[in-house]
Amino acid sequence: MSDSSVAVEHTPELRHHFADMEQQRNAASLGMWLFLGTEIMFFGGMFCAYLIYRLAYYNEFAVASRTLSLPIGTINTAVLICSSLTVALSVRAAQLGKQKLVIVLLVLTLLFGLAFLGIKGYEWREKFVEHHIPGSSFSFDEAMPGHPEAKIDPRHAQIFFSLYFAMTGMHALHMIIGVGIFAVLILMAWRGRFTPEYHTPVEIGGLYWHFVDIVWIYLFPLLYLIDRHK
Amino acid sequence: MATAAFSHEREHYLNKEYGIRSWLLTTDHKRIALLYLVSITFFFFIGGFLALLIRLELLTPAGDLVQADTYNKLFTMHGQIMIFFFLIPSIPAVLGNFLVPLMIGAKDLAFPRINLLSWYLYMCGGILMLHTLLTGGVDTGWTFYTPFSTAFSDTKVIEAGVAIFINGFSSILTGLNFVVTIHRMRAPGMTFSRLPLFLWSHYATSIIFLLGTPVLAITLLLVVFERAFNLGIFDPNRGGDPLLFQHLFWFYSHPAVYIMILPSMGVVSEIVPCFSRKRIFGYSFVAMASIGIAVIGFLVWAHHMFVAGMSLYAALIFSFLSYLVAVPSAIKVFNWTATMYKGSISFSTPMLYAFGFIGLFTMGGLTGLFLAALGVDVHVTDTYFVIAHFHYIMVGGAVMGYLGGMHFWWPKISGRMYPEGWGRLAALIVFIGFNLTFFPQFILGYLGMPRRYWQYPPEFQVLNVLSTAGSTILAVGYLLPMVYFLWSMRYGKIADDNPWNATGLEWRTASPPPTYNFEETPLVTWEAYEYDKMTLPAEVTLER
Repeated sequence: MSDSSVAVEHTPELRHHFADMEQQRNAASLGMWLFLGTEIMFFGGMFCAYLIYRLAYYNEFAVASRTLSLPIGTINTAVLICSSLTVALSVRAAQLGKQKLVIVLLVLTLLFGLAFLGIKGYEWREKFVEHHIPGSSFSFDEAMPGHPEAKIDPRHAQIFFSLYFAMTGMHALHMIIGVGIFAVLILMAWRGRFTPEYHTPVEIGGLYWHFVDIVWIYLFPLLYLIDRHK
Repeated sequence: MATAAFSHEREHYLNKEYGIRSWLLTTDHKRIALLYLVSITFFFFIGGFLALLIRLELLTPAGDLVQADTYNKLFTMHGQIMIFFFLIPSIPAVLGNFLVPLMIGAKDLAFPRINLLSWYLYMCGGILMLHTLLTGGVDTGWTFYTPFSTAFSDTKVIEAGVAIFINGFSSILTGLNFVVTIHRMRAPGMTFSRLPLFLWSHYATSIIFLLGTPVLAITLLLVVFERAFNLGIFDPNRGGDPLLFQHLFWFYSHPAVYIMILPSMGVVSEIVPCFSRKRIFGYSFVAMASIGIAVIGFLVWAHHMFVAGMSLYAALIFSFLSYLVAVPSAIKVFNWTATMYKGSISFSTPMLYAFGFIGLFTMGGLTGLFLAALGVDVHVTDTYFVIAHFHYIMVGGAVMGYLGGMHFWWPKISGRMYPEGWGRLAALIVFIGFNLTFFPQFILGYLGMPRRYWQYPPEFQVLNVLSTAGSTILAVGYLLPMVYFLWSMRYGKIADDNPWNATGLEWRTASPPPTYNFEETPLVTWEAYEYDKMTLPAEVTLER
């Protein structure tokens, strides 16, 4: 106990309503985990809609999924996994008090995040060119590739693309928020705010970033990899 | 006046700082609670005014006061404002904000700045909602059912949807703050089995905030996307399923009913032992019943959709699960009654509201069983029976609990006593006005009067006139407390630290409390509700 009371006196980061740093860190981390729970429910609504329509309109989903670019999606997945690695390393560096390394790793994370958003933006632009944006100008080939006698319903393909834009759009929004968070974290690290005793913001920022990555880990197979094995 | 001067000598959260900045930039949970109190009262009277217009239109069978389009907007905006901007935040954001840290012996909520942020989000949503109301309103019903809301309604659906979306984040952040605070900020000795039941019910409510609200958020967002960007997720023309919307909507909006009623139950669990001078009967059952309601409450949503065309087998299961919610609810009612049994009951204002709550909630709950029964539900779906049922829960239950709690903790909040005589009179007026307004609607619904129509056959007029008359009495009952609470802030008797001789931690600090709540962090060595071990000071016994 005497240790923590010494820490209290010497830590300007301790807010008045907490008894000690450990309580403050535990509260922040529980808060972020709960928030991520709400995020699961938020994305869960869309995943639920996806599941229902994929079961109902499987053929259209499979054909529409094949119009997405597999190489680009794979590259983006790799970019995001790399960014998760740099975040994890930055938390470790903060624990060890390597302040310069923290900044480097956070900047790398930010760059990976921006790269992902750039590639995503390019993909969305392709959809505009191909008239795969839901709405009045939507057009989709009725013929089923490989089965000229069978037809698919373009209206149902529109539902696939509605979900595609809603899900990747919401994910991209979370990425943009994440980029903002990392910009703030870099600024804080630059000012030397993080010490081995106090680096909670890096930890909970990292938690958030990992969550956004995991959402993509689900989105990638669900949207890009329907029926690719044939 | 001498006593008033005395009260100004001690520094507390109200007189520590003055000026608009000290309120708008505060991170003190008690001040934020008062910010919420002012704003939800404002929305309550707007929603109430819309309700009065509805009742006035229904005074006569013909559509003479407003036409159908306006009437549709009236009941939609009444529902949206009352549910999202009054009932859901009412007890958690006002009393919960004020009391959660006090009851566990903490200096503040875990995240004071996020707490302030949640009030600002509430206000942003609220102002957007007001703007919607003043520039044309929405006519979809508060439920936003598709495809009407996505493809046909030409009213301000997007704006109202965004307003409720923003407001939802305010709820989520409040719930997150409560859960973290209850887990991490309890004073030494305040174990979970010593938590006041008010906190158990707020914990359960917060779980619903956290798990339910995000689903409503994404559902409304998809409706907004469908209108704004032509996405087709609920569009039947493109193979989309309107039933999916209803499932997602009610997944939140049924548990939202428990967001409104659970905090009220928490208030009643505090009031009943205090004014019966008895330990609560079956503490752990009442606590677990709150959690039980929150959990089962997530499994019953489709009972709103029995006639919407869903599978009969699913309907059977949802009907059964809906019956199951009656079990924890009944446990609570029986335990409150058993607490009063052989207690020395005093009929103070908060207790009158608690009595009102127990009676009206029981009525609302039992008629809920009628609606959970498939056969009866087909007969009364979308009739005034449903309206009467949920107003018994939400107005008879939730609002009675809210008013009871406001009277119970007003001495702690303001440092002043409200006038007891006026308080009892108002409680009586509310009870009479409420029953006169809503009981006739049970009969109307059973006779087949549908909801959401601005005209009706002349044979329903007598009951409608009764209902409208009741609503004006109810309005008086709601205005009275606002007047005498304001009056008491200046002229009320100075309140003791513990005017009711209650056992909670919040009564062991000054009234009103200092900014950091306690002079030093309390050490808790007793269970909640040890009224049997508490002796009353002689003067208090005399006053009773």
